[in-house]
Amino acid sequence: MKADPKNVLVGSHYLDGNHACAEGAIAAGCKFFGGYPITPSTEIAERVSRRFPLVGGVFVQMEDELASMGAILGAAWGGVKSMTCTSGPGFSLMMENFGLGIMLETPCVLVNVQRGGPSTGLPTLPGQADMMQARWGSHGDYEVIALAPDSPQESFELVIHAFNLSEKYRMPVLVMTDECVGHMTEKVIIPPAEEIELVERNYTDKKPGEAWPYEDTKNLLSPLLPVGKGYKFHVTGLTHDQRGYPIINDEAQEWNVRRLIDKVTKNVDDIVWLEEKDVEGAEIVVMAYGITSRVVQPAIAKAKKDGIKIGMIKMVTVWPFPEKRVKELADKVKALIMVEMNYGQVFLEMDRCVAGKCQTYFVGHAGGTVHNPEDVYKTIKEAVK
Amino acid sequence: MATTEIRITGFGGQGIILCGYIIGKAASIYNNQNATLTQSFGPEARGSACSAQVVVSDDRVLYPYVTSPQILVALSRDGYKTHKDNIADDCIIVYDNDLVTLEKHGPKVKTYGIPATRFAEELGRKIVLNIVMLGFFGAVTGLIPKEALRQGVETSVPPGTQELNLKAFDKGYEYGLQVKKKVKATA
Repeated sequence: MKADPKNVLVGSHYLDGNHACAEGAIAAGCKFFGGYPITPSTEIAERVSRRFPLVGGVFVQMEDELASMGAILGAAWGGVKSMTCTSGPGFSLMMENFGLGIMLETPCVLVNVQRGGPSTGLPTLPGQADMMQARWGSHGDYEVIALAPDSPQESFELVIHAFNLSEKYRMPVLVMTDECVGHMTEKVIIPPAEEIELVERNYTDKKPGEAWPYEDTKNLLSPLLPVGKGYKFHVTGLTHDQRGYPIINDEAQEWNVRRLIDKVTKNVDDIVWLEEKDVEGAEIVVMAYGITSRVVQPAIAKAKKDGIKIGMIKMVTVWPFPEKRVKELADKVKALIMVEMNYGQVFLEMDRCVAGKCQTYFVGHAGGTVHNPEDVYKTIKEAVK
Repeated sequence: MATTEIRITGFGGQGIILCGYIIGKAASIYNNQNATLTQSFGPEARGSACSAQVVVSDDRVLYPYVTSPQILVALSRDGYKTHKDNIADDCIIVYDNDLVTLEKHGPKVKTYGIPATRFAEELGRKIVLNIVMLGFFGAVTGLIPKEALRQGVETSVPPGTQELNLKAFDKGYEYGLQVKKKVKATA
C-alpha cells in the first residue's frame, strides 16, 4: 500500500529531528497521538497537534505518560495507527503499558528522545542510556524492536519504518532517538506519497464468530479483528490462549510468551538492519547507532589514513541485537569496538556474542554531549596495538 | 572538504535562533550544501544569553556541534563575552557595534560592525534587527549567495512580514558591501 498523498508534505524542508518524526508519523497514516509533554520530545507532540487537524487525526494531551501509552493502545484496537513520544522519566512511566502493548500484541509506535539520566537528569542534553530499559524495561519475558535514527532525515524514514514493522509483527515498536538528533535541524527530503511504501493492518478474512484475536497461525502473526463490524472478542494482559481469554496455567504461559519471543527471533533476518562500511577484510570494526554512528566517522577516517584496516557497522536496528553478524565477525576480526552514550549497555550484548573470540572495547560516557571523535580514535589505536 | 562553523549569539528574543535557521536553510535548501543547526536549550537560554550554531559543509556534517567557529555573529555584549575566546584564529566577527564593544583579538581575526538594531528601528520595527544582521553577514562573509539567503528569509518569516524583512535584509547587505569596500580601500 502507498501512502495517502494528503498526509505527505512533499518537498525539501529544513526540519529538526522531532518535527521530522511527526511528519514521518503523519506520512505513515498515524491518526491518533496521545502524549504528555516532556523535554526534549515536546516538539513532536507540538507539530502533530498542529498538523493533525489538517489530515483528520486526533491529538489528545493526556494527563500523564501512563495514560498516553494506554490511550495509544486503545486507539490501535479502535482501528487506527497510533503513536506517542516521551523522554527520560516519561519512558519509565510508559513501561507498564508498553508491556501491556507487547502482551496484547498491539501495533503502535513509541518515540523516546533520549536525554541524560537517571531520574530527571539532563532534560536538554543527549544520552543513549535508555537502551537496556528499551530492551527490558517492562516486566516479564518478551522481545522488542528498536530503531535508532542518526539525523532528521532518518527520523522521518525510521518512524515510517517503525509503523510498518509494528503492523507486520503486531507489536509496539520503539524509535530510540536522542536530544541531539531531536533538536538538530537539517535538510529533510520528503518524497512523494507513491514512493512511500506502507504496511496495511492485517485484519482477519474470517467471519464474526469464527475468528480469534490470537489465532494460532503457523507464522505467529495473527490477523487482528476489527471493531464495530460484528466481531465480539476479548483481550487481556493476563496470560491467554488464542481466544484471548485468561488461562492461568504453565502450558498457556509457555504458548503465550513463546509467541511474543518467537515472532521476533524467528524473523531477525527480516528485522535486523545494519549499514556496513569497509567491514570485509577489516581488522577493527567499530559499532555504533544513532547520532554516535555519525561522530565516530571522523575517527575512523583518521585511523584509515594511518593505514589501519578498519570498518564500521551502523546499527539502524539496535534490538533485536545483530547476534548472528557479531558472532561471524568475532571469528574474523582482531577487535570490535562499541561506541555509545552510556556506560556500557549494548556493549554488553556485543561482548556476550563475541564470547572471547576477539578483543572487545568500549567507548562511552554518561551523556550530556556527543563523543569527541578523538576519544574514539585513541581506542582504535589501542585496539590495533 | 570546506566546512565552516558559525556561532550566532545574543539574548533570547533577538531572533538568534531564526537567524541561524535561515542561514542553515539557505545553505542546505537553496544552495545545495549541507547545514546542521543546533541551539542552546535550557533555562539559561530564556531571556539571557542564547546561541545558535550552524555547521555548513560541502560534505555531510558528521560532528554536529560547533567547537571553534570561523564566523562569530554577536548581537549582545553578554553573548560576545561568553564566546569570544572560543573562536578560530582566522575568525570573522560580525557584530552590532552599538551594543558590543570588541576586545583585543589575534592578528588574523577580521571584524565587521553594523548598528543593526538602530537600522531596524529606522525601518520601523526593531524586531527585524536579526534580519538586518543576516544581510550584513551575507555581504561581509560571502559564505552563502545573496539570493539563497533572501529565499531563506522569504520562506521563514511570518506571512505578511516578508516585505519588511526583505527590506531589512537588503539594508544590512548593502551596508555590508560598503563596509567591505572601505576595508579594502584602507588595506
